[in-house]
Amino acid sequence: MSPPRRRDRESLVRPYLITGGRAHPTRNTLDLTTLIQATRHADPALLSPEQRRTLRLCSGGSLSIAEIAAHLELPASVTRVLVADLVDQGHLATLSTEWQQHGPDRELLQEVLDGLRALR
Amino acid sequence: MGSEPSGEVYLPDSVRTAVKVLVVGPFAVGKSTFVNTLSEIEPLHTEETMTRDGAVVDDLHGITDKTTTTVALDFGRRTLSDRVVLYMFGTPGQQRFLSMWEDLAHGALGALVLADVARLEESFDVISVLEERGLPYGVAINDFNSVDIPSHEELREAFDLLPEIPLVTCDARDRSATARAMISLVEHVLASPLQHAQESA
Repeated sequence: MSPPRRRDRESLVRPYLITGGRAHPTRNTLDLTTLIQATRHADPALLSPEQRRTLRLCSGGSLSIAEIAAHLELPASVTRVLVADLVDQGHLATLSTEWQQHGPDRELLQEVLDGLRALR
Repeated sequence: MGSEPSGEVYLPDSVRTAVKVLVVGPFAVGKSTFVNTLSEIEPLHTEETMTRDGAVVDDLHGITDKTTTTVALDFGRRTLSDRVVLYMFGTPGQQRFLSMWEDLAHGALGALVLADVARLEESFDVISVLEERGLPYGVAINDFNSVDIPSHEELREAFDLLPEIPLVTCDARDRSATARAMISLVEHVLASPLQHAQESA
């Protein structure tokens, strides 16, 4: 007999149902490490179950897209679509990180280095 | 040895900036161990969907198609200052996954190539692609078995590393050692004149 599985794959909701059949997020700036924060309380009646789960998770504090995907147990691609919609609706906001467009500057790299040196 | 996950799910409110490093290497070389050792959270994983020829898929209509497959990514996190957090993604280095991590490499600060002395050649492809893409990288030999490790000179020759590329040996279970490996990479990135190399990745 095969061991039990934590999730029954057959019962999984098809990803395109979660995203309302859409394939691409409404914005293409969402990286796995884009940081996301909840902005305002939403009326749950207007949201899909997956959107509600996402907002509930994000209401506790900042998380990256990768962490949201991991906690919701959704593929990263589906999570990007979900989060992009909620950003468009004003329920979530991305924490702007300018260097992601322009590359890390020396000041940031030095801060990373100092933080790592403190770990030793 | 190891880190103590704080159990805190969320980032401190002051954190505004995330940096990303890929930990790349062949199967069972210790990528997850390395990431977990430095991570402040319990290891997490998510899935990326890719086509059989290796491209990352964001077309969800194709997700049930037989030509796509999902790849699990292990990752961890370490808050490094009031405002900066480091994310580390353990990324398979096999040829068939190369396209996937090339996509992951976008916006990454650099990559740490984990290698096993018993099968150095399994890390060669990854290094070639990193060089082609211009993503800064360092090499860390995981010496968890405490086997006889060739001299750094011999290892540099095997990997054909330029003098400025960092090469360290480390036990992926040891926090100081993994931190040192990460430091060698960031020092290299800082010293590099091509600060915007990841733009082309």
